[in-house]
Amino acid sequence: MARIDLVDLAHSYGGNAAPPESFALKPVTMTWRQGGAYALLGPSGCGKTTLLNLISGIVTPSRGKILFDGADITPLSTQKRNIAQVFQFPVIYDTMTVGQNLAFPLKNRGVPKAEVDARVKQIADLLDLTPYLGRKATRLTADAKQKISLGRGLVRSDVAAVLFDEPLTVIDPELKWQLRSKLKALHRELDLTMIYVTHDQTEALTFADTVVVMHDGRVVQSGTPAELFDKPAHTFVGYFIGSPGMNIVPAAVSGHEARVDGHTIGLHRNYGVLPAGTKIEIGVRPEFLHVAAPASGLLSAMIERIDDLGRARFARVRVGDEKFSARMPPGFSVPDNMVGLVFDPAHVHVYADSRLVEGVA
Amino acid sequence: MDKTINQKAWFLVLPVFAVVAFSAILPLMTVVNYSMQDTFGNNQFFWNGVGWFKELLDPSTDLGGRFLASLGRNLLFSAIILAIEVPLGIVVALSMPREGWTVAVCLVILALPLLIPWNVVGTIWQIFGRPDIGLLGYTLNTLGIDYNYVSNEFDAWATVIVMDVWHWTSLVALLCYAGLKSIPDAYYQAAQIDGASRWAVFKAIQLPKMNRVLLIAVLLRFMDSFMIYTEPFVVTGGGPGNSTTFVSIELVKIALGQFDLGKAAALSLVYNLIILIVCWVFYTVMTNAGVERPAKKGGA
Repeated sequence: MARIDLVDLAHSYGGNAAPPESFALKPVTMTWRQGGAYALLGPSGCGKTTLLNLISGIVTPSRGKILFDGADITPLSTQKRNIAQVFQFPVIYDTMTVGQNLAFPLKNRGVPKAEVDARVKQIADLLDLTPYLGRKATRLTADAKQKISLGRGLVRSDVAAVLFDEPLTVIDPELKWQLRSKLKALHRELDLTMIYVTHDQTEALTFADTVVVMHDGRVVQSGTPAELFDKPAHTFVGYFIGSPGMNIVPAAVSGHEARVDGHTIGLHRNYGVLPAGTKIEIGVRPEFLHVAAPASGLLSAMIERIDDLGRARFARVRVGDEKFSARMPPGFSVPDNMVGLVFDPAHVHVYADSRLVEGVA
Repeated sequence: MDKTINQKAWFLVLPVFAVVAFSAILPLMTVVNYSMQDTFGNNQFFWNGVGWFKELLDPSTDLGGRFLASLGRNLLFSAIILAIEVPLGIVVALSMPREGWTVAVCLVILALPLLIPWNVVGTIWQIFGRPDIGLLGYTLNTLGIDYNYVSNEFDAWATVIVMDVWHWTSLVALLCYAGLKSIPDAYYQAAQIDGASRWAVFKAIQLPKMNRVLLIAVLLRFMDSFMIYTEPFVVTGGGPGNSTTFVSIELVKIALGQFDLGKAAALSLVYNLIILIVCWVFYTVMTNAGVERPAKKGGA
């Protein structure tokens, strides 16, 4: 158990001399709280697995330091770091029983037998593996195998953190839910720091207290699910999280107003005069933008398609060359596909070069 | 469900059947035929029933004594070379590089002995070991070791065994290497994280994953070494005395040297049967080794 600090940590598979833009992980400085449940969220190739492998020591960083409780562990090997990791595909020691598999990490560290047995029993109970303890691990189903891998990750009580690298990829969808809530329960039960890598926003948002969103080798935002939803710090977070993603359109912003396609939208905060030469955009989530009958004060748009998601309907509309997703109020229908868009000013954000600009209230 | 019956399918099987009949069944039946008879040449044969088989299994007769002695030598030889080549092959495979240009270099060097024709291997070692002109024999004798495979039984055995190890360890190593290459990196990473020692990694990951190829390696090496003829024949000619006369060498002596076709036929049938049985036992034992047994110790 430990607090983990990353200090100016960066990695390039091409070595330190590689151009900065080619780094798989661009310099990052951040702190992981002891006992926290973190998710590292991002699309494939964004550097999240690299970051995970740096923490576990499978990869040695090109630059920067990793501290566990303030102690620099960057040069230590994986065995000497106190880390557990669960991989994308189940890793099972074929010749051992399920129980022996679970006990393996403890035995290798010379933990007394009584303690090993007690801990294996506890973990097996938590993961519903008790009936299988005496069975050979080879013949089990993929999800049972992955549970064993999870169990091996969780079995050590003294680890600084447990790292999960997309551990539910091979699991059937309905079992995914069960295992995810199981993991969440385990986190509360065992008081371990957990870092969970995924490209699935639902997984990240349901598992973690803190979601760290990565994009192109950078950490673009780290916050609670609500923060990521309400106030994306980067346009990438805006459209990567949420379904459908945030509407982001170029606009001209000054003071309390944004102009889109010749139409003025009121803003909740004062943005003064934004620096020239930057790309100014506004972002609004489809949940805070709804369609209404065309009226003179509204930005007029044309409906191209309506997506019925069951719990809500979203209209895909077009304003000039820009496309928006907007909520359709229940029972709303339009005769000729022309509608007006109603913005919720409190939830319209302004971005300069993709980064959030804080206005003045 | 009704099966479709189409007798034309026989025509598809016929060519294979004809080829197998001429290449395997007919010759085998000829051998069975010979094994029941005796001949004094001139293409005259006399019925002998199971006489040769009785003699073969009775150590007090000339035929039985020679057969059982050569069988014992052959089993000892196979056991020794398996005990050396399998562990050595595993060690070689484990110490080979996993990537980079050195992999190709290692593979080529390992493959070289396998590409040399067997009688050439024998000739190489026959000359290599000669005390007068051979590099090995001359060096050993210069160092004060009285080495002479022509006159000393132990030296003859040592030469034949070292030659076989030199010739065939590569095969075991290459098979094991293929098995090792098929292990995903995640296994090694997980083992690192689980704090496994080098020995634990070998026991828990590498050996179980090599199981299948090792089975094949042991089978191939057993069969080849049990049927070995060319190399020892070229090096020692079965001597000194009869000390390196293996079953196949004895068989050729009887069949071609003495022209005792009946005895030789009986011997080769028994020889064949032994190989079949031993391979079957090996195969059954080793494929069942991985099958789940009732748990004895329960959990951890």
